[in-house]
Amino acid sequence: MTVAVVQFGGSNCDRDTVQALESLGIDAELVWHADGLPEETDGVVVPGGFSYGDYLRAGAMAARSPVMAEVRAAAEAGTPVLGICNGAQIGCEAALTPGAFTTNASARFQCEHVHLRVENADTPWTSRYEAGEVVEFPVAHGEGRFEIGDEELATLEADDRILFRYCDADGEVAPAANPNGSKHNVAAVTGDEDHVAVMMPHPERVSLADIGPTDGQGVLRAFD
Amino acid sequence: MTAYTATVEVRLKSGVLDPEAETTARALERLGFELEDLRSADLFELDVDAESADAARERATEMAERLLANPTIHDYEVGVAEREP
Repeated sequence: MTVAVVQFGGSNCDRDTVQALESLGIDAELVWHADGLPEETDGVVVPGGFSYGDYLRAGAMAARSPVMAEVRAAAEAGTPVLGICNGAQIGCEAALTPGAFTTNASARFQCEHVHLRVENADTPWTSRYEAGEVVEFPVAHGEGRFEIGDEELATLEADDRILFRYCDADGEVAPAANPNGSKHNVAAVTGDEDHVAVMMPHPERVSLADIGPTDGQGVLRAFD
Repeated sequence: MTAYTATVEVRLKSGVLDPEAETTARALERLGFELEDLRSADLFELDVDAESADAARERATEMAERLLANPTIHDYEVGVAEREP
């Protein structure tokens, strides 16, 4: 398994993601977007950052770059694809996943640790957790509020496509535990198929045992 | 070919929270202004040469669909006017 971590101008979690994956024994390499995906790509991460300076809308420019057509083709062929933070914004802008991530309800950049409740433990991204388990991940974003039409959200929920919701330390999905005003506290969602997912919280920042907790390893082990 | 300026006005769909507009409204209130509500929108002016106003409108609409607006959260309106080349 070689995971391509796609670098755009303005990506800034790309190296962290490679390091976190490699610490788990998963081969990963940085791939500059203009070089395209390597032939032997077995997984893709679109990492966090501020691609194209968040011009127009966060993720709007990168979502329409040629490499994302390759990422879409890889996803359609069954390759696991994960968008983290700016990568999540790019994934929604590219319509790999539903909805949109837009300006936080606070209108502020939120940089903090949050609790997440595992909603569906039957996906590649969550199978290392228990349903209902509470984990702690960092978030760092100004545009992380998950927006989607009510009917579409109801369909996503009925189809069990919500991976994580923001919750309090006891696992209660409450408005006060919602760092950005996301509808129904949604923090992570899958595409039409569950090998494609996006999330605003950063699993790669809670994966190295040397520097702290390792709650995020379970997500990255989807590439194992 | 005729020279046109097409405008694409992109605004949040009704009911979608707009924290920046709320912040701006509060700032105006702090300056002593009274207002009931505030909505903001992005306006793109696109100078294009086209065979007709309809053709210019069609091109601007496609630009809105493919990049300028995000259909999940935005509505948009397209306008076309001739311009001095």
